[in-house]
Formats: sequence, C-alpha cells, structure tokens
Amino acid sequence: MGKLTVSVAIAAALGCCWAAGAQAEDNLKVGLITTLSGPPAVLGQQLRNGFSLALKQLGGKLGGRETDLVVADDELKPDVAVTKVKALLDRDKVDFVVGPIFSNILGAIEKPVTEAGVFLISPNAGTSTFAGKECNPNLFVTSYQNDQVHEVLGEYAQSSGMKKVIIIVPNYQAGKDAAAGFKHKFTGEVLDEMYVPLGQLDYSAELTRIAAASPDAVFAFLPGGMGVNFVKQYRQAGLADKIPFLSAFTVDESTLPAQQDAALGMYSGANWAPNLDNPQNKAFVDAYLKEYNAVPATYAFQAYDTALLIDSAVRAVKGNVADKDALRAALQKADFRSLRGDFKFNTNHYPIQNFYLAKVAKRPDGKYETEIVKTVFSKYGDSYAKDCPMK
Amino acid sequence: MSSTLFLVQVLNGLQFGVLLFLIAAGLTLVFGVMDFINLAHGVQYMLGAYLAVAFYGVFDNFLVALVLALLAALAFGLLLEFLVFRHLYARDHLDQVIATFGIILFLNHAVRLVWGAAPLTLPVPEFFTGSISLMAGLHYPVWRLVIIAAGLGVAALLYLLVSFTRIGMLVRAGSTNAAMVSALGVNIERLFMFVFGFGSMLAGFAGIMIAPIISVEPGMGTNILILAFVVIVIGGIGSIRGAFVAALLIGLVDTLGRSFSVDILRLFMAPSPARMVGPALASMLIYVLMAIVLYVRPSGLFPARGR
Repeated sequence: MGKLTVSVAIAAALGCCWAAGAQAEDNLKVGLITTLSGPPAVLGQQLRNGFSLALKQLGGKLGGRETDLVVADDELKPDVAVTKVKALLDRDKVDFVVGPIFSNILGAIEKPVTEAGVFLISPNAGTSTFAGKECNPNLFVTSYQNDQVHEVLGEYAQSSGMKKVIIIVPNYQAGKDAAAGFKHKFTGEVLDEMYVPLGQLDYSAELTRIAAASPDAVFAFLPGGMGVNFVKQYRQAGLADKIPFLSAFTVDESTLPAQQDAALGMYSGANWAPNLDNPQNKAFVDAYLKEYNAVPATYAFQAYDTALLIDSAVRAVKGNVADKDALRAALQKADFRSLRGDFKFNTNHYPIQNFYLAKVAKRPDGKYETEIVKTVFSKYGDSYAKDCPMK
Repeated sequence: MSSTLFLVQVLNGLQFGVLLFLIAAGLTLVFGVMDFINLAHGVQYMLGAYLAVAFYGVFDNFLVALVLALLAALAFGLLLEFLVFRHLYARDHLDQVIATFGIILFLNHAVRLVWGAAPLTLPVPEFFTGSISLMAGLHYPVWRLVIIAAGLGVAALLYLLVSFTRIGMLVRAGSTNAAMVSALGVNIERLFMFVFGFGSMLAGFAGIMIAPIISVEPGMGTNILILAFVVIVIGGIGSIRGAFVAALLIGLVDTLGRSFSVDILRLFMAPSPARMVGPALASMLIYVLMAIVLYVRPSGLFPARGR
C-alpha cells in the first residue's frame, strides 16, 4: 500500500512537471539583445522599455500566444554579443531575436542568428552592409538605413539655401559615414570637416574655429555624452543663437534630460518624434511617460513597433512559427499600425517611411522633447535596396 | 588665420591644462608621497561630480552643493582608505593596480544603479553665467575663467602647504623616506590618511568644477585618468610643480595640435589626406611628447628629490 502511494505521488509529480514543461514549450520566445552596461545603457534601456511596454499592453501575448521575453546585455562588445546570442538560440530556443542598438553588434550577430533559421529583427541598427548585395531573408530592420538620418540634414541644408557648413564628427567609421551621408545631399561648400577623438570632453578649440569661420550651419554627429558636452559648450560660447545646429543622434530624448535649455531650438533628423500626430502615437507617449517617467526616444518607439510587427506576423500565421516561409511573408507585409503612421518594408527588408526635421522644445510638463518641424523625405527608401537580390 | 585666433586657442589650451592640473594634483600627491598607484582617482573625480549634482538637486544652490559634495568626497575617500587602500600600501604596485581597478568597476556600476545611465547635468552657478567676447562671434564663458582661477588657486595652496607648513614638511619627508619618518616618531599612518583624504577631496573638487561644462555620466573618469597619468609621468611623479608645468604643456600641445594640425599639413599636402592625417596626428601628439620627455629625462621634468 505504502509503495503504491509513493508511486502515485511520483507519477503525479512527474505529470505535473511534464505538463509545466509542455506549457513552457508552448510559449512564444523572444530574445532581446541590447546594450545595458556603460554609458550607452540609457539607449538600451529605452529599447527594452519600449518592447516591454508593447508586450504588457498586448496582455503578455504576441499574436495570441503567451510570450516569454529573455533579455541579454551585449555590453557593446561584439564577442560578448555573439556568446549571448548563441545562448538565446541554443539554450532558450528563441523564435525571434530582437536587437541590437549598435551597428557593430549587428554585424557580429547577423550570421549566428539568421543561419540558425531564426528571424533577427533590428529595432535600431541599420547598417548599409545588409541593405544591399548582402541583404538577408531572415533579417528585418524596423528603424532606418543609417545614412538616411544624415541625408535628412544634408537635404534640409541644401533646400534651405545654406552655402557654407562645418561638419564635426568623431574620428571612427560611423563618424565618417555620417559626414558622407550629409555630403551625399548637400552640395554646397564644406568649410571644414572636424574629426575629433571619440569621447572628447572639451571642445573649446573646435568652437573657436567655428566662430572664426562663421558658417551658415554646423552639422554634428556626436552621440551620447559627447553631444551633451558639445551642445552645452556650443550654447555657452554664444553660438547657438547665431549658427543653426543640425544634428543626428546628438539631441534626442535620451540626451535632453542632461542638455535641457542648452539644446532648445537645435535641429535633428528623425523618422518619428514624440509629438507626431496620430492617435496610436499619442497613446504610446502617454503610456510610456506614465510607466517610466521619461519621454520616449526613437529607440523606444522602434522597439514598440517591433513588438507590434511580431504580433501581427504571428497572428497572420495563426501562431505556427515553424512555417518560416509563411512567417517571413507575414513579416514582410508589416500589417500593423506603426506609431509613425505610414510604414512598409522595402525589398531589402528595410523600411520605406517619412523623414522629418525635428527641433528641440520644452514640454508643458517641464520635460524636453524633439518636435517635428517639417517633412524632408516622404515614403523614402534607401539607396542600397536596388542591389539587393531579394524581390 | 589671425593672431587673435591663435591667442584664443592659446587661452583654450591653458584652460584645458589647468583643468588637467586639478585632476592630476591629487593623483601625484598620493602617488608621490605614499608610492601608491590609485587608479580609482578617476572614479573619485566622477563621484565628486555626481555628489554635486545630487546636492544641487536637494538645495538648489551651487555653493552649498560644492561644500557638501567636497565633504562627502572627503568622507568617502577616507572610507575607501580605511576599508581597502590601507591594506595595500605595503603591497607591490601590481596588487594596487588590480585592487583599485576593481574599485573603478564597482563604483562605475554603483553610480549607474543609483543615478541611472543617462548623462546628468549641473548648471553653471547663476552668478557666473555671463560671458565675455574675445573675438567676433565667440563668447568666452566666465565659468571657464573661474575654472582657471580655481586651478591656479589650488596650485598656490598646494605650494604653500607643501613648502611652508609642518604637515607639508612631513609630506616631503614621507615622500623621500617613509620608514625614516616613521622611525622619528611621526604617525605615518595618520599622515598617509591625511594625504589620501586630501587627494580624494582634490579629485572631487575637479569633478565638481568641471561638471557645469561637461556631462556627468558613468565612466567619465576613465578617459581623464589616462591624461592625468600622462601629466604626472611627464611632470615627474610626486612633484606638484612638475604636474603643474606638465598639465599646462599638455593642454597647450593638445589644443594647438587639434586646432592647427590640418592647416599646417595643408601647406604641403592635398586637403583631403590632410583632413584624415591631421586629427590622427593631433591625438598622438601628447603621447609623442611623453615619449620624448621620458627619453631625455627618464624620471620626468621635475623629479621629486630623493627618489
């Protein structure tokens, strides 16, 4: 009798655990790889927050399936990112990998993820590498192709009749790409191209030269803390009221809490801004503010859109994510209400969307945000798509 | 290029030099007197800036924030000394490097947990928000002049302290032969604690003064620490005077290099390669300078006596 009881108990215990195991197997799994250490963590957190917010609003389900979110920190190191991504693929057996923030990380994780037959959806990094000849059927980018943001400012400088500009960028690949992107659309005279060391603190020498040259505008790509330093010192040197400041990734909602009034009136290029006028965006910005007490930046909105994209695709295939071809076709359709309004994928799986000139302003609640000034490009695809063999 | 432009750039260079001196002074003091490599000096500088931002948030007054942050930096420095550094004085340099590097990792992460990863800001105090016009179209913020004055003030204070006071005499003696000073009945441990606390306070002071012109963020001390080490190596380890001269030298060389390298290269190169080579060369200059100084004078420009 005693023996029987024990056996039953064991069977019951096993049964319970088998059931639980099966339950977990049934859940959709999304791996999120983003930068959560070092100063750039503020961008990575926006990405995580944006995705989590969407998941929460969808009741913890994507496409009607219960979803487990596994978050990994790439530490902004390509080798670490590859290790973490392999863990997501082999241990957690994720159905989608969402990430990263930085382009060099995208370069490192693209192969391991897509070769495992898993979809990689980049909510921010959009290198030219995977937009042209090397485009990949299992890679989707929901942000933009990196050059486009710089082109917005080049186009604006050109179309508003500016003749002489000075470019200031960090002395590394992304900085050189930024200068090239700007010059792709701006054909006027570039008085000076300043390449400063990454992480420079004091810009007094550069500001003095800018003042001496008195250009029609300054184009800057100084991400993170560099931008905070430069913008504050640009304002303190009295240049902000005289020389228009055009920038990419230099004044946005992730840096504005530190730049504050110093950044007021400065321009940036973007595919979205918190005040973009459509009902779904208003609801998103309000919800984000309520949840995280911060104004969302592009990183957060793009992650939110990514969650909606996965939701729409999984719903379209009725939760059967094993059929990769059907799932890919469903992703390509982009059948969701993007926070930026019009959105569709180009043949290279990069977006076709509008780009805006935005300007820093103070919100009624005392926080700061970028606000749309005008549309610079409508329904704009990148120039690399024509080289992509995918149709 | 006008002579005004050149003069303004020289002023910029001096200002950057003074800023470097503020950071290097504490480092060279601790290194010279105690023969202790404190890599954590950079994070103590960062902590000073964070504390000032925090106190400013509470009291909304720069002066109060400055005083409280200085006291807190001092207290924290002494706490670190008591908990960690005290046990490392007798160990060799490698142990000190590893332990203080650990403190860098720990504190960088700690400030991120407490204040978040986003850069923070400290406004320029109301009284000093103005600017003076140095050349057409360029304002020179008064706060930068205040930084120059503060740096020169610290230099003068250190000079007087080290040269003319009893504690300064002990510090000089301690840097020459700590064991002998101890044998003469001076409480060397207390002296070291005093020096270390003072060094921490200097690091914090530098962070607070610089915070209004740069962003306060985790890891802000790391880049500046490397420059500070270059300064004290060129100046001669342990020499305040050497640190002062070397800081000004580096500030000038770096700023003038960044300002004029491209123009100079353009004299004998096509514009586009000059644009590529110029910045690369400019960022190397201070290290080239260090290599030359070390070749000519292996123990720096002003080696501390008796070492």
